[in-house]
Amino acid sequence: MTKLMSRQDLQNLRSVCQRALSLETKKILVCGGTGCVAGGSLDIYDKLKDMLQARGIHVSVELAHEPHEESVGIKKSGCHGFCEMGPLVRVEPQGWLYTKVKLDDCEEIVEKTIVGGECVERLAYRQNGKIYRKQEDIPFYAKQHRVVLEHCGHINATSVYDYLAVGGYQALEKALFDMNQDQILDEVSESNLRGRGGGGFPAGRKWKSCARQKETPRYIVCNGDEGDPGAFMDRSAMEGDPHRLIEGMIIAGIAIGSSEGYIYVRAEYPLAVDRLRMAIAQAEEIGLLGDNILGTEFSFHMHINRGAGAFVCGEGSALTASIEGKRGMPRVKPPRTVEHGLFDKPTNLNNVETYANVPMIIENGAAGTNPSARRTVPAQRPLR
Amino acid sequence: MTRQFDFAPVDRILDNHPRSELSTIAILQDIQEHYHYLPREVFPYVAKAIGVGEARLYGVATFYENFSLEPKGKYVIRCCDGTACHVRGSIPILERLRQELGLVGGKKTTDDLNFTVETVSCLGACGLAPAMTVNGTVYGAMTPDKASELLRELKAELEKGGGQA
Ligand SMILES: Cc1cc2nc3c(=O)[nH]c(=O)nc-3n(C[C@H](O)[C@H](O)[C@H](O)COP(=O)(O)O)c2cc1C
Ligand code: FES
Ligand code: FES
Repeated sequence: MTKLMSRQDLQNLRSVCQRALSLETKKILVCGGTGCVAGGSLDIYDKLKDMLQARGIHVSVELAHEPHEESVGIKKSGCHGFCEMGPLVRVEPQGWLYTKVKLDDCEEIVEKTIVGGECVERLAYRQNGKIYRKQEDIPFYAKQHRVVLEHCGHINATSVYDYLAVGGYQALEKALFDMNQDQILDEVSESNLRGRGGGGFPAGRKWKSCARQKETPRYIVCNGDEGDPGAFMDRSAMEGDPHRLIEGMIIAGIAIGSSEGYIYVRAEYPLAVDRLRMAIAQAEEIGLLGDNILGTEFSFHMHINRGAGAFVCGEGSALTASIEGKRGMPRVKPPRTVEHGLFDKPTNLNNVETYANVPMIIENGAAGTNPSARRTVPAQRPLR
Repeated sequence: MTRQFDFAPVDRILDNHPRSELSTIAILQDIQEHYHYLPREVFPYVAKAIGVGEARLYGVATFYENFSLEPKGKYVIRCCDGTACHVRGSIPILERLRQELGLVGGKKTTDDLNFTVETVSCLGACGLAPAMTVNGTVYGAMTPDKASELLRELKAELEKGGGQA
């Protein structure tokens, strides 16, 4: 894959991916999140793939550059948040969700669903005697409005091409070519985005005060330490839609004037580390990360740091100390992290979910273009 | 009697990282992954290679829970004792494992260096609570009986001469 050198290159690649996606007339999405992997979903993925191929069905694993008419897409998706019912297999276009799938069920899924177009009802979710074939009808999902996790569970979490096909990196494009730094900062401020790491601090205000710092270099740091018990939204976002987080961080880099980003992921999330590593490598390969992104002056590099089992490293100053290779000890503030953070330089630290909100804000938020598309993101759930 | 310590694996690990203090944690993680613990011999060696004091390196190694200066077993079993797993009964599982492996008091590793049993905080798989990992592979919806069964399987694997997942 050659590097994308311009906006046009990116748009061309996106339309190739979109066309390939539209040619996947049927799709099987096997949940590849931590919970379902523990239930053996990766074996299910391999078996389904082998069985389809053995039947001579054209299988599309990665959105191909030479799209094949009428192929069956088979993908490892991110977590659906329904791990208890896992391993989960989602079937499109019908939107059916199969729960507690076992290796022995693969044959029936291929024969009945892919070949025959019928639902395997015994695998559908049941509640109070009612069968719910479609994922969106299940009471657990019916009331959900997904923003950050809109693609999580619905796209291949291991491929940048899937992310591009659903409109990924459009916000980056806009931030790079249609907006200046102040406009991005204002957009984030106006969206009322609040930090999701627990404190609820207005992200726009933090970004602006970091961008105002005289000293350079400045750093963009993402807090993926997720230490709160029972919480796994950051894990889902990192595992299931890693490019969204990366896109949000690159946009923060543009707005704040930084060319270096760090993601700190807790030790207990090896799968999130793998997915992020893969995603960063793909973004580097096609030139969405690195020097002179899309032929502009802007460069951005990203690094991953794995935690080593210290809850306190979720705190900002402990986290930056840990990235520096030291003991993760919080320090007294002020000075604040935006002034003296990583390597004692101005640093913008946000939570995973905070950054993952950014692409949507930049893409839909432009005031005036389409007021009905304008969405703000105040706290959509209680702040912990 | 001085045992010759083979630094070749450490050298390979060092080659994968920039030689600076920044790499401290990543290097220690890789070393631990290789040996399952941090052998004392590596401290002066690594400290010199990345240009930090040996005391500082010990400081880092003892700060983070994941690092161990004691040898660990071939199978490292981590019982999740995060909130969800605790509420759904992680402790009886932990006790069963410790009892079957004869681990008493503060002991975490069996004398034959085959098994280490420890606790870990939330693995992010609470939907499958109680959860545990064996050398990184997650097992969900555990019970004491299922844990015993898993132990039997692991022991059988050891006998077959396997034992490295
Ligand atoms: C003891 C302690 C633990 C914390 N753990 C986390 C954590 O796991 N994840 C997180 O995003 N923020 C955590 N925070 C909050 C961070 O210090 C910081 O405020 C936050 O990451 C900023 O991002 P935000 O503005 O996007 O919320 C913790 C704070 C303290 C004091
Ligand atoms: S891991 Fe599959 S639903 Fe959460
Ligand atoms: S508390 Fe055990 S996996 Fe979350």
